[in-house]
Amino acid sequence: MQFGIFSVGDVTPDPTTGREPTERERIKPMVTIALKAEDVGLDVFATGEHHNPPFVPSSPTTMLGYIAARTSRLQLSTATTLITTNDPVKIAEDYAMLQHLADGRVDLMMGRGNTGPVYPWFGQDIRMGIPLAVENYALLHRLWREDVVDWEGKFRTPLQSFTSTPRPLDGVPPFVWHGSIRSPEIAEQAAYYGDGFFANHIFWPASHTRRMVGLYRKRFEHYGHGSADQAIVGLGGQVFMRKNSQDAVREFRPYFDVAPVYGHGPSLEEFTAQTPLTVGSPQQVIDRTLSFREYVGDYQRQLFLIDHAGLPLSTVLEQLDMLGEEVVPVLRKEFAIGRPAHVPEAPTHESLVAAAASAASAASASAASVAEVAG
Amino acid sequence: MTVRSLAVVSAGLSQPSSSRLLADRLAAAVGAVLPVETTLIEVRDHSHDVVNNLLTGFPSPALAGMLSAVSAADGLIAVSPIFNASYSGLFKSFFDVLDESALLDKPVLLAATGGTARHSLALEHALRPLFAYLRAIVAPTGVFAATDDWGDADTGLVERIERAAGELADLVAQRAPAAPTDPFADPTPFETLLRGA
Repeated sequence: MQFGIFSVGDVTPDPTTGREPTERERIKPMVTIALKAEDVGLDVFATGEHHNPPFVPSSPTTMLGYIAARTSRLQLSTATTLITTNDPVKIAEDYAMLQHLADGRVDLMMGRGNTGPVYPWFGQDIRMGIPLAVENYALLHRLWREDVVDWEGKFRTPLQSFTSTPRPLDGVPPFVWHGSIRSPEIAEQAAYYGDGFFANHIFWPASHTRRMVGLYRKRFEHYGHGSADQAIVGLGGQVFMRKNSQDAVREFRPYFDVAPVYGHGPSLEEFTAQTPLTVGSPQQVIDRTLSFREYVGDYQRQLFLIDHAGLPLSTVLEQLDMLGEEVVPVLRKEFAIGRPAHVPEAPTHESLVAAAASAASAASASAASVAEVAG
Repeated sequence: MTVRSLAVVSAGLSQPSSSRLLADRLAAAVGAVLPVETTLIEVRDHSHDVVNNLLTGFPSPALAGMLSAVSAADGLIAVSPIFNASYSGLFKSFFDVLDESALLDKPVLLAATGGTARHSLALEHALRPLFAYLRAIVAPTGVFAATDDWGDADTGLVERIERAAGELADLVAQRAPAAPTDPFADPTPFETLLRGA
């Protein structure tokens, strides 16, 4: 199982000091956080993509390429890549390039984005969010799998004899997750392609995540990619830890109370009860995270949000130390207990290359046996 | 006769409130002509949860129960106090966090309360368009009760209640019980989504 962090990349004043970081003071720490994630033994760093203040990550492959050069093991991902308003041709090119530079340590999470004006700013119609996600991804899927593509759709200019370069590393496209908070259509899309499904999880009740993941697993099996419990599931999580849980609550509350998304709304206690947010000791985070399996089944990737709402870099790095030293080693051990052997790990470039090679040799073996019969 | 489900949403602020008094009278009048099982929702009891839902996008478990009771009901009675020539903000907020398709083709009886009869047309120019927008089936008679209506038997409040309740009962009786579709149990197949794109 993979463990990692995902960042929204918000520039938020620290409510305890009132000081707002500059964009540089947010961008460079995001890199520091990613490098630290590798140092403490986490597996994944994923950046958001936004095109409006107060967010900085508008150019994910620039940031991920820089991080790739300074890491050797970390899997680089997105949370999310806007499949609605980005040109799928540019996504195909950018992430194939990143895949080569990062020696395959790349996957992506597709999302529709939740900022209305981004659609018109990029020449699209928000009412077409789902159709855009469907058509754009259908094109992206082909661009990474067919060397020469003829294509015509509703939303972008047609293509004749188009080759997206560079071709994916070793002929194997980056693995794709589809992220959604609330749309069953996206779970259906992930299931149709046999891609991964990532439930944001952190802003909504567990009962909702259970339904979304349940739908994805059922449809994954329906489309013949394996049994429902072999579907590739990722979950978000949100934690703040101190050795003593009371200290964690005391320190995090001022950040929680005015945080983007839920600030000025429910109390910390209500939000903790109603969503996966866990503020407490490392043991409480371990217990809560292990409980996710009870409603989504054995899953493949757990990402934590730890660097938002104006938390200082030093605090975030301390959170990463606790994740790496105290939490994730226990989670790895505990999640492995009772996990059936037929439940796969999250795909990596190596596993996808191996799978492609064994599929190719199976195909040539069956072609040879057909030839023998025919002969 | 089949027992039908009736949701009653009362958005009065004081306790006890005249909106609740009117809601109870209307529910009883519907119950007198049609067997109904009634779920009463005092929006005031969920007011913090309503605001939280506006901010976070999801309802608390208690509010979720109330919202699904409204969605699943065969008929709805909605009562608001009139503030500044319209429904109260809390009343509107409740319907703002309700799923936008929840009232589709649902019979609804509209009622309101206010200090004087001068506010009565707010029912027609504020509440009725809101529920028309939500594509509910609104009973022709809306019931407004001014403070004086609770004293003077000649104002016709009892008759208005009975007429409106009869209209709602007829609209409910004409329709099959509500059967909400579940997009998770019955997803749109991806081939259909692809063809639509």
